[in-house]
Amino acid sequence: MKKYTFTEKKDTRSGFGAGMAELGKSHPNVLALCADLVASLKLDAFIKENPERFVQVGIAEANMIGISAGLALSGYVPYATTFANFGSGRVYDQIRQSVAYSGTNVKIAVSHAGLTLGEDGATHQILEDIAMMRAMPEMTVINPCDYNQTKAATIAVADFVGPVYLRFGRPVMPVFTDPDQKFEIGKAWMVNEGADVSIFATGHLVWEAILAGEMLEADGIDAEIINLHTIKPLDEEAILKSVTKTGCAVTAEEHQLNGGLGDAVCQVLSRNLPSPVEMVGVNNSFGESGEPAQLMQKYGLDAKSIVAAVKKVIDRKKV
Amino acid sequence: MDIQGLKEMTAQVRRDIVRQVHSSQSGHPGGSLGCADMIVSLYFNEMTINENRQQDGFLEFKREGQNEDLFFLSNGHISPVFYSVLARRGYFPISELSTFRKINSRLQGHPATHEHLPGIRVASGSLGQGLSVACGAAIAKRLRKEDNFVFVMMGDGEQQEGQIWEAVQFAPNAKLDKLIAIIDWNGMQIDGTTKEVNNNRDLKVKYEAFGWDTVTLKNGNDLEEVGAALKEAKEKSGKGKPVVILMQTEMGYGVDYMMGTHKWHGAAPNDDQLTTALKQLPETLGDY
Repeated sequence: MKKYTFTEKKDTRSGFGAGMAELGKSHPNVLALCADLVASLKLDAFIKENPERFVQVGIAEANMIGISAGLALSGYVPYATTFANFGSGRVYDQIRQSVAYSGTNVKIAVSHAGLTLGEDGATHQILEDIAMMRAMPEMTVINPCDYNQTKAATIAVADFVGPVYLRFGRPVMPVFTDPDQKFEIGKAWMVNEGADVSIFATGHLVWEAILAGEMLEADGIDAEIINLHTIKPLDEEAILKSVTKTGCAVTAEEHQLNGGLGDAVCQVLSRNLPSPVEMVGVNNSFGESGEPAQLMQKYGLDAKSIVAAVKKVIDRKKV
Repeated sequence: MDIQGLKEMTAQVRRDIVRQVHSSQSGHPGGSLGCADMIVSLYFNEMTINENRQQDGFLEFKREGQNEDLFFLSNGHISPVFYSVLARRGYFPISELSTFRKINSRLQGHPATHEHLPGIRVASGSLGQGLSVACGAAIAKRLRKEDNFVFVMMGDGEQQEGQIWEAVQFAPNAKLDKLIAIIDWNGMQIDGTTKEVNNNRDLKVKYEAFGWDTVTLKNGNDLEEVGAALKEAKEKSGKGKPVVILMQTEMGYGVDYMMGTHKWHGAAPNDDQLTTALKQLPETLGDY
């Protein structure tokens, strides 16, 4: 098992803020919009350096998506920012008509996705946004795994022409990816090569998958870990290549099992390479208030749950 | 274009509207007929657009519309009037109007960019979104220091959408004073009069309370009054506030049996009804 270490913990939303600060210098066409959550989205640095390129929309997310569409069709690259809950379900129709169907180059950059939003509870813990955005034609869906990857993704999507849903989170997490990484949209990242099982993880669950890989190694199981930071378009080639070798898969995401990364991977496998799959995610329920780590444990989104899923899927492979 | 030219164009556009909706046996003739005078006036007299011609003779269309006045149709269901005006202005072949709402057409039921129809900048149809998009375009023009207008047409029934009021509140705060909104105040929506369905009450009072300047257009089916209202709106613009033209129209204007009722909001005439309608609408510039 390849060793991953970290010297600090940071939140992925700060990676977004750092990416925006760089774009402020490098991309004069990039604008930021926010619906009254500037501090939460870590936009202070961008706004300080580029006050004229920031639009404060207030608590009016539908309007923010429409304004972004108008800016984008005029040639700008707007980043519409808010919490994931308010940047997906609340504005689904605005994204559908004014952004995706209209082909406007809007980046919907959303924080506080999933259970790890924590204490605010289920009203704010969106666990269906990947499903919604995956279903939408023309939409690219990205869920990076740590500070460095989020920063790199934020910068990379500026040069990609087309609507993007960029999803990240609130809590501090280990920073374990390369600070100088080149982020390639739609290209899986091989975290660890292995032979016995393929673990496909996205977002905060990638670190849990690494921890799971170490626990499995102690049990003599050689896990391949692949980070699918881009959920759409999905790197089908990487998935098929890995499962051809390992013969089974576990998916892990901070999202509902219905419609998320797991479903996407299953679609690829069932069409091309039917194989046993176990899925780690939230099973058809809302979240609740609590500390992020407590919630991840309670809802079965931690390394232990991944280990259990791996053992189950390896047993199924033997049948 | 002089007033006689505008009258001829508007009459022909009305024929195009009725014929499109008849041909596909679907669409929204009522509001289309009511807004013909305004949209013709905008495109043929009021808006500065890119007049460059492509090799095929049609107008060059650039979506970003730099140094052009822009028009957004938020109430996208009145697509027949939009398509007719765009075709007759020179964006695409007039004959293409015969494909309205039919399979493999660029003239979708509601305006779309997806099939790359020249003249359309954003999809509309799901109501309430156009004013927000127009705000974005107006901000873009200000960032580029372009001195152009951004027009947006909305329905009065559409004023019942919540997103409208997000944008109505935002535009004055952002001082988008080159933004001119037009509300087709015909008092009708699909299920009945706006008063019966969900009373908008006094839109003038409401917009003024939100910080807009207003222009009242008493007869939006009189081309001279339309021109005067647009002149007034332009004069009021550039002074820190967005401007809204409250345009009173008659839904179905020009076809007697379509007027004074909400029943032709989204209904197509049959063959006999088409004949009756066309008798009332002179063919001034040649049918497609």
